[in-house]
Amino acid sequence: MRTTLLALTASLCLALPTFAQDSAPQTPVPVETVEAPALTGLAAVLAENADQIAKPSRQTIGPVIAAIGAAGPGAPAFLEAWADKRVGQRADGAFFLIEKTKDGYALTDPATGADAGTAPKSEISELKPNSGVRGLIASALVEFQLNDPDPAKRRAALDSLARDGGAEHIEPLRAAIDNETDPAIRAQKERLEGLLTIRYGISTERRVAAIEGFGSDLGLDLRGAINPLLVTTRKAFKGAPEGNIAEELRPGRHINEEEAYAILVAEGLAPARLTRAALRAALEANVENGAVAGIPVAELDDPARRDAAYTALEQAGKVPAGATDDEVTAAVAAHRYADLYAEPDAAVTTAAREAMKGIEMKVGVMQAADLGLDALSLASIYFLAAIGLAITFGVMGVINMAHGEFITMGAYTGYVVQLYISDYTTSILVALPLAFAVTFLAGVTMERLVIRHLYKRPLETLLATFGISIALQQIFKNIFGTQARPLTAPSWLDGAWVLNDVVSISYIRIAIFVLALVFLGIFLFVMKRTRLGLEVRAVTQNPSMAASMGINPDKINMLTFGLGSGIAGIAGVAIGLFAKVTSELGSDYIVQSFMTVVVGGVGNIWGTLAGATLIGTLQKGIEWLNPSNTLAAQTYMILFIIVFIQFRPRGIIALKGRAAGD
Amino acid sequence: MKPGFLSKNPSVLTFILILAVFTLGVTFLSEAYGSGVISTSMVKTLGKTLCLCLIAIAMDLIWGYTGILSLGHFAFFGLGGYMVGMWLMYARTREIVLSSAGGVLPMTPQELQDAIATQIFGVVGASELPAVWSLAGSLPAQLALVVLVPGILAFVFGWLAFKSRVTGVYLSILTQAMTLALSLYLFQNDSGLRGNNGLSGLQNIPGLDAVGQDALSVWFLWVSALALGLGYLVAAFIVSGKFGSVIRGIRDDEARVRFLGYSVEGYKLFVFTLTAVIAAIAGALYYPQAGIINPAEMAPIASIYLAVWVAIGGRGRLYGAVVGAAFVSLVSTWFTGGRAPDLNLGFYTVKWVDWWSVLLGLSFVLVTLFAPKGLAGLVDLFQGLRPPKRGGTPMGPSDGSLREQEAVE
Repeated sequence: MRTTLLALTASLCLALPTFAQDSAPQTPVPVETVEAPALTGLAAVLAENADQIAKPSRQTIGPVIAAIGAAGPGAPAFLEAWADKRVGQRADGAFFLIEKTKDGYALTDPATGADAGTAPKSEISELKPNSGVRGLIASALVEFQLNDPDPAKRRAALDSLARDGGAEHIEPLRAAIDNETDPAIRAQKERLEGLLTIRYGISTERRVAAIEGFGSDLGLDLRGAINPLLVTTRKAFKGAPEGNIAEELRPGRHINEEEAYAILVAEGLAPARLTRAALRAALEANVENGAVAGIPVAELDDPARRDAAYTALEQAGKVPAGATDDEVTAAVAAHRYADLYAEPDAAVTTAAREAMKGIEMKVGVMQAADLGLDALSLASIYFLAAIGLAITFGVMGVINMAHGEFITMGAYTGYVVQLYISDYTTSILVALPLAFAVTFLAGVTMERLVIRHLYKRPLETLLATFGISIALQQIFKNIFGTQARPLTAPSWLDGAWVLNDVVSISYIRIAIFVLALVFLGIFLFVMKRTRLGLEVRAVTQNPSMAASMGINPDKINMLTFGLGSGIAGIAGVAIGLFAKVTSELGSDYIVQSFMTVVVGGVGNIWGTLAGATLIGTLQKGIEWLNPSNTLAAQTYMILFIIVFIQFRPRGIIALKGRAAGD
Repeated sequence: MKPGFLSKNPSVLTFILILAVFTLGVTFLSEAYGSGVISTSMVKTLGKTLCLCLIAIAMDLIWGYTGILSLGHFAFFGLGGYMVGMWLMYARTREIVLSSAGGVLPMTPQELQDAIATQIFGVVGASELPAVWSLAGSLPAQLALVVLVPGILAFVFGWLAFKSRVTGVYLSILTQAMTLALSLYLFQNDSGLRGNNGLSGLQNIPGLDAVGQDALSVWFLWVSALALGLGYLVAAFIVSGKFGSVIRGIRDDEARVRFLGYSVEGYKLFVFTLTAVIAAIAGALYYPQAGIINPAEMAPIASIYLAVWVAIGGRGRLYGAVVGAAFVSLVSTWFTGGRAPDLNLGFYTVKWVDWWSVLLGLSFVLVTLFAPKGLAGLVDLFQGLRPPKRGGTPMGPSDGSLREQEAVE
């Protein structure tokens, strides 16, 4: 038996016959192999092609890999190991899966997977296929991986195919669909098969069918597959345009003369136009005795004289002829221009264009939805920032310019709490009420000390609270420094809720939206259902009447102001979660907050809601029109508000009658 | 005989006299024309302060006399500065380009303009001269724009706002929004005014390279003093006659003035536009002395500081505004310049650079609460003038009307 094997191997391994004979006696041969009646399956194929496998070349290895692939059990493992450079050839020509050990290699028989003992380093030459060959091996492996019993491996194979699949993968993929049992993976396989067919398929019908099969799917992968089909290049033709024409371009209608001539120049059909810089350089190179072609240099600050000088030089043959305007016009008129698809198959491009139209339409709708979500979240931020103002300014008529600083104060409270409580969830839960308490106290103090004396003087209130705002902002700077402080959201607020490739919204924004709704609810409850709300409304409408009914207006004003300030503090914690916590955090929102209240209509929470929605939507809308420039968006938004106020000076929801106050 | 203008406004003569003495004094102590006791940078600071006093007069006209708390006048100030700055920068760059042109051929007008544009707009990655710069080459045109651009802006804005009867705090917030919109617009790189880089090198006056900065600073001081004197005269003239009575009436009770048949909106619009123009002229004189202008100067906060100056000085009287602006801006320069000595409290050392804003904010609150007359109230105290005894009845129901403690019998 041993001799049979030896003879076979020796006769086949033509490259190393002597080595094989010399080393054969010491070789421990696996028992299983010994018992096998003859070489079959993988072992046979390996033996047959040992030469090629040992020194593979990209051009010729294809059939060998195919043969190995078809050789039965052990083949996938062998291919995988081969691609990973884990295959070695022993001096006798036999191949093994090798694993480095301390003093040599541990061998595994490729066909059976059985342990084949060890070998010293000198006896094994590692196979190191080049990257081209590895690529071929990998694509052969795909077939096995796609049918692997382990679903995770199948998925991994599909993922790698989605990244860099090619024409050669289509057939194995199709073959692997039928015996797929897992419905999710089957769907993934079918999708990938469609995508690969679109990109690399050979028959027009199948490709068109694949494109149409997707309908107006929103996946980025589909757009990635279709877009390359629709890539066009501009070409100029002497006669009628040929090829897969996307659109014929007529100079003067689709493209202007400059662009048309640029195409001609790019294709070498016409000489380049003389640029001003080139003209200048040419003239400077030909200055003789203070003159160019007889025209004194001093006169050459006139473009017309420069042209004349160049023409003179041209006639003298000293400079190359530049295309004049007439020549350009003539050259442009003598050609026809078209956008050509890189993809030659017209039926495919037509189907792709149709499909793209549908997709773009749907993407547009989805983008609008996404924009709507963005606008909603911005609106809830503005609402949160403005709701405190809606109480102090809207209900009490007190302009509090330090409102922004109360927002900052809330955010810093959150930061300080996180210094002491490291668990983010707990710290936020502690920070919210604490921020309320801190800013409530600050608000009440400010009301007692300053605002109380200025109730009849709104302009003075504005200025006095502004003084407080400057002072507070500087105090924050002195305490916390000018750099941004971290206020970290709990990890369950990380990430985003992804609906599809277009529409997504981060959890933090959803949380802020919910918070805004909660506050709306709390505000409505307090104002409409509690004793405090009743008293606040009474004091707002007529303080002296309320006083004569036994309400203490002083106390109510103090509490109302505290409530408004406290809510600003909570808004500060919320805003601090996604914005940078600096001493200027609040002042970034103060003007927008006032806008929100004024646009919405003073004295009405629904007005504030409407104002926040309007401003949020507007800002996102303008940003969408001009995405590169958020500053411009804010500018135009403010301009819109200024104009809006002209037409509805009392805001969207204006109070009428006695409640309006005047 | 009717009393003359000066006898009705005794403060005018005093003011002009003090201003003249001050200007002469600085001139004779300056490095260029005198003993050199006052450094050139100090002369510049004083010259800038005079411009700030001028805009404070404008603010006092619109707020102290007409009762409109505008938080947008620093935007007009900045616009004026931008308009004159465009010429300064363009002409200066033109000189530099011409002197450094290395080519054999003289430049065509197009090449010259391209070179200037590349020089000016290289920082914002552009190389074309925006349309707003089309008049930048001409000094008279830009000087006309100093008056026209802010004037027209104020006119349109005021016409819209007053026509729809936006008053009180709403108007304040609206003017603040206008300022914010303008500064945000200028912050963009493609606004055509170099984004947040602003305009720089404005202290170099084209064609006056031979004159040193020491002499230039004194010249600017003279011009600023002249502008301030004229501004004070104009303002005093406006507030002293019948016109002045009407605008004070608007401040104290707008509805009553309207019922008397005056076009309240017309008066307001006139004062708003006029003060915007005065502010712009002040800005056009200020920024060549400052040397640089950028959109941050026009942020809403600057306009609020303006209100702070006028309030601390004492609104409703012209010299109050001037005193407030001069006092607060000079003290502010002193404190923030790091020249004020630290205050050692034993447990904490107060560094004024850090704490000046706090002091300013709090003193502002205190002035609003306890001394509504501001610094000018000291003059009343000295002259023995007392507020009218009205027993707490308001002078007028309007938000801007004077209070009992602010008025003088």
